[in-house]
Amino acid sequence: MADPFIRIEGVSKKFGTFQAVQDVSLTVAQGEIFSLLGGSGCGKTTLLRMLAGFEEPTEGRIFIDGQDMAGVPPWLRPVHMMFQSYALFPHMSVEKNVGYGLKHEDMTADQRKARVAEMLELVQLTPFGHRKPHQISGGQRQRVALARALARQPKLLLLDEPLAALDKKLREHTQFELMSIQERTGVTFIVVTHDQEEAMTLSDRIAVMDKGRVKQVGAPTEVYEYPNSKFVAGFIGSITAFPAKVSALAGDVATVQVAAFQASVQARAVPGLNVGQEVTLAVRPEKLVISQARPEGENVIAGQVKDLAYFGKDSLYRITLPSGELISVHSVNAGRSAGGRPDWDDQVYLSFAPSAAILLVE
Amino acid sequence: MMRNRIAHWLQGRGYRGVIIGLPYIWLLLFFFIPFCLVLAISFGSRTPTAPPFGYGGDHPWISFVGYSRLFHDDLYIRAFLVSLSNAAVATVLCLLLGYPMSLALTRVSASWRNILLMLVILPFWTSFLLRVYAWMGLMGKNSWFNGLLTDAYNLLTPATWHVTSIPMMHSNFAVVLVMVYTYLPFMILPLYANLERLDPVLDEAAMDLGSRPFRVFLDVTLPQSLPGIIAGAMLVFIPAAGELVIPTLVGDASSPMIGRVIADEFSSASDWPMAASVAIALLLLMVGPMMLYTHYQSKAEAGEEP
Repeated sequence: MADPFIRIEGVSKKFGTFQAVQDVSLTVAQGEIFSLLGGSGCGKTTLLRMLAGFEEPTEGRIFIDGQDMAGVPPWLRPVHMMFQSYALFPHMSVEKNVGYGLKHEDMTADQRKARVAEMLELVQLTPFGHRKPHQISGGQRQRVALARALARQPKLLLLDEPLAALDKKLREHTQFELMSIQERTGVTFIVVTHDQEEAMTLSDRIAVMDKGRVKQVGAPTEVYEYPNSKFVAGFIGSITAFPAKVSALAGDVATVQVAAFQASVQARAVPGLNVGQEVTLAVRPEKLVISQARPEGENVIAGQVKDLAYFGKDSLYRITLPSGELISVHSVNAGRSAGGRPDWDDQVYLSFAPSAAILLVE
Repeated sequence: MMRNRIAHWLQGRGYRGVIIGLPYIWLLLFFFIPFCLVLAISFGSRTPTAPPFGYGGDHPWISFVGYSRLFHDDLYIRAFLVSLSNAAVATVLCLLLGYPMSLALTRVSASWRNILLMLVILPFWTSFLLRVYAWMGLMGKNSWFNGLLTDAYNLLTPATWHVTSIPMMHSNFAVVLVMVYTYLPFMILPLYANLERLDPVLDEAAMDLGSRPFRVFLDVTLPQSLPGIIAGAMLVFIPAAGELVIPTLVGDASSPMIGRVIADEFSSASDWPMAASVAIALLLLMVGPMMLYTHYQSKAEAGEEP
């Protein structure tokens, strides 16, 4: 493989005694949408600011398109940022905002004007060029910020919580628009977000961060289906986790004893397991099948319905296990009649495929 | 009965009325009525009576003598020019000194900011007159301050130009120097209030889009601080143009500023109509630009909808 477009090598950042980013190494390919996902204070924004040049790493190096960024000030980096607050210049019209970065390009006035028009066209704001930022809506402001950041054709676009300030309906629409604009311009996007759904739909790959470290990097399906730690499993989607102990290993199937189930179940083995090891067994609610009759086969647990929430297309059950612990089950309401569905206090059986259970060592 | 009624009225719309009305009553009592009095006096004629102005009798009911002398007597025109130029120079110097100071105030840590802001206001804790006298001492021929400047001047100039001391006192230089010193806080405080509200993320955005820090200042900070600059400039220029005490104490008595002229006409010349005419002219000169500014600003705020 060729040299990666963006290479972050062992980057750490300390503010006084606070370790904001700790030994992060990542590579991002050209044209990729890459998300940094994590809760507040996980270091994702600091990492983004180091890419933009507002902060210098305490340790480590950042390469963009093969160029070492150490000591390069923000105004010389081929990187533009879309700020969370959009940071539009309130005293300039939409056109002037979009054209601001072009002042530094070697262009004639006509070329500049054409480029601004092209950008406004891209974000469908052509009729609003003469307005001031306070005269347009939040969603339009977001698009002005995007157009401004893209106008100089950056090699890398950084997006800091790009959808956080929009309401839910607009957010979904804008998500797809962002993806289509990325596709048309081919610019590499690095997105910072705390919203796991946003990261999942938007990105080619996600880096999940916690306490300044990258916990896992992978495609959305990878981090969802194969999380490598309790943190990642819990942060992306919902999951119920129980302590377990490995009792047997056969090929890629591990048999684990789960105290909460008062039973042994089979799960897909992960590398490096030993018999007798303490692990965590985690199951996502939608991977469990709920039934009133005991199903055939392995991995069947008995329980009792404690709570049930009916959402229309699906229902969420909370099942009390024999040990008294609770487990969540998501069940799609395929049939139309309510008959045959478990109700409050019903005795039920839960089953799952061995491949659906996740074994977590960390 | 009466008390009940008042209480009832207050509980209804009363408090709102009182709160909205108070500033108007204040303006009426302490601005509008005195202004009308001065305006009336300015159209009177000088008499040897007490008070020394009158209408009718030997004199016309309305006299424009004061106003016509404004345009024909050299003294007034010169006084206006000296006042306006001294005030303008002082305003520009206050801006040049005050802008970096205000900007620095927004960039230091919060604890430092409070200390520095207090230092800006601290001079007000001593008498204004005392501070002017202190400057008179500093500018005097025998002071260390004058000596220091004299030595520096002699060091830089050929021997034939050497002086024993720099004649600073009783000059427009002295007036401007003391006015800048006195009015600097009036420039710093509104500017600081304005700059402090600016979003630092905008600076980062401009830098991110390729602008060096000085360019960021020109493109982002300066245009957004215009309201603060104008507020500070008015707070300095208006009192500086009408200043009486500073030019009286350190100024050049042979070319007085307008404040001094008004005071002299009122007291020693006891020509109240003339004094009132000068005062009204000064007021118009100050209010005119201000109204233009507010007009322009309200238009700018309405936006440039196509």
